[in-house]
Amino acid sequence: MNIINIEHIAKIYQVGSEEVHALRDVSLKIDKNEYVAIMGPSGSGKSTLMNILGCLDTPTKGLYDFKGTNVSQMNDNELAAIRNKEIGFVFQTFNLLPRSDALHNVELPMIYAGVSSSDRKERARLALEHVGLSDRIHHKPNELSGGQRQRVAIARALVTAPAIILADEPTGNLDTKTGEDIMALFNEIYEQGNTIILVTHEEYIAEHAARIIRLRDGLIERDEPVAKRYVPKKNGASKS
Amino acid sequence: MKNYLFELKEGLLISLRAIRANKVRAVLTTLGIVIGIASVVLMSTAIKGIDNAFQTGVASLGSDNLYIDKWEWFNNDIPFWQMRNRRNITLADYKRYKELAKLPAASAPTVWSNQTIKYKEHSVEFILVQGTTDKYINTTNLNFSEGRFFNEIESNGGREVCVLGSEVAKKLFPHGGAIDSEVKIKGHKFKVIGVLAEQGSWVMGNFNPDNQAFIPIQNVFKYFQSQNFRSVTFNVRAPNSQTVDAVKEEAVGIMRRVRGLKYNEENDFSINQQEALLKTINQTVGVIQIAGLFITGLSLFVGAIGIMNIMFVSVKERTREIGIRKAIGAKRRSILGQFITESAIICLIGGMIGLVIAIILSLIINQFLPTSVQADAFILAIVISILTGVLSGFAPAYTAAKLDPVEALRYE
Repeated sequence: MNIINIEHIAKIYQVGSEEVHALRDVSLKIDKNEYVAIMGPSGSGKSTLMNILGCLDTPTKGLYDFKGTNVSQMNDNELAAIRNKEIGFVFQTFNLLPRSDALHNVELPMIYAGVSSSDRKERARLALEHVGLSDRIHHKPNELSGGQRQRVAIARALVTAPAIILADEPTGNLDTKTGEDIMALFNEIYEQGNTIILVTHEEYIAEHAARIIRLRDGLIERDEPVAKRYVPKKNGASKS
Repeated sequence: MKNYLFELKEGLLISLRAIRANKVRAVLTTLGIVIGIASVVLMSTAIKGIDNAFQTGVASLGSDNLYIDKWEWFNNDIPFWQMRNRRNITLADYKRYKELAKLPAASAPTVWSNQTIKYKEHSVEFILVQGTTDKYINTTNLNFSEGRFFNEIESNGGREVCVLGSEVAKKLFPHGGAIDSEVKIKGHKFKVIGVLAEQGSWVMGNFNPDNQAFIPIQNVFKYFQSQNFRSVTFNVRAPNSQTVDAVKEEAVGIMRRVRGLKYNEENDFSINQQEALLKTINQTVGVIQIAGLFITGLSLFVGAIGIMNIMFVSVKERTREIGIRKAIGAKRRSILGQFITESAIICLIGGMIGLVIAIILSLIINQFLPTSVQADAFILAIVISILTGVLSGFAPAYTAAKLDPVEALRYE
């Protein structure tokens, strides 16, 4: 079954008196347990597509069907509920709450989902353990390395067991070695049956995915499986 | 319901985290609210104190009393010159009134004179010396700390005896021993036969019996002033509050007869009641109340603007945080609640500090004005501070709730 089904969506921004066509006509389907990379140079519309896929924004035209629900016309609050339940975000800049420790950061989506405090703590602890940070749960972001921060963010994305993980340049702020470790973690998550959408502009990062969608000028240029997928060595719980 | 409680609880925890993270700023922000709440509480307490003092002062006059006088005391309906031109009411008028009046429980004529009272090296100046009869005591609620009022024989005989108010006695006899001592009023000797218990109605000033002395009425005319120098006032007490109006009606009839007024002539006397005084006092207290609360309300308003300002800054500063929260599923309501709660808590903390300051200050003020912070002031402070927080936090919180997550996440 398709988790994501997008048909002829377009996004037009009004900048002053000028219309900017960030997305012109994009259609795509993503299945459960796919590992998709979205690539494209800046200005290609990949950020806009990611925002729409992540239900942070709605398309100007076209249909977005998410797990059988039309989300293209939803309002703010309905979108927030979808994001909370179904989408796990991993950002380039980690986007953790700076004054809260790792545990509370991972708890955060569950607060908005209405999970009780004790349940939350337990699940957050497990999620942090899962990404190899069981000894760092009470560290604040500024007490963690870049790789560790990204692991906290991944734990936060996973903790609600979402339908898709949406990662926006997850290695962009990390050195190559740490980036490799994070990509290994993503691979592990993928192999556990999760659906991952990776937005990147780097070829070698995109090759970790099983399918690459290339965008240019608001249109899909190519959409094809990766012939020789790069599978990193399994080292998810290693120090990074 | 459970859902709302959950959100409220989580909102509280999130807000407390945010406040703890910005301690210094939170404290500085509360300052305006601290001052605002402290002044509102103090002002309302002070006003209550003033009001109480007035009420007890008026009550000491007795609610069943009438005062038949040349002057209208409290109403300004009759022009001053018209009252001034009235004939003085005399002791002879009183005697005829007394003969004719059937309804009063008691009545007594009074006439006053300002005198200096001396005892040995002590002296008190500008004391309202009331000349009256033995029945006077029956028209009041006065109690004695020692001694008694003068009796009929002393009154009718115009004996040189006097009764002192508590303040007067305290000043003349700092070490006690007033009874049977002889004081000098305008050089004439009077034997002290009684000292009144303290009335404590400080607002009444010279009308407060604490600052008065009482002597048989003839002595006033004999030693201080001529019969016609000052008009006589009749203190008339009705048997109970239901009969006050009847006593008043009777008094009007008798007085018109006594004064020989024709049917088409206006009354040349006034019948005063504490009710009228109460009305005047309530008006005065009302004005003080409005003015006081307006001024203190203004300081609270300034504090509220401070909170609003800082909350706007806080929202701007935490745009990214709001973006993160929205991205991972916070609804508008959650964000709105978070910031309103935060502002309410800051105000509540400020309100509590302000309340403590108000209590401390009221202990100092208590030295001059008998007042204390009552339980309702606590409730007032809590309600007002939370309300201020919610109102001044609303606009910033609404801005935060409306932020677009995509733009908020991009905000540097």
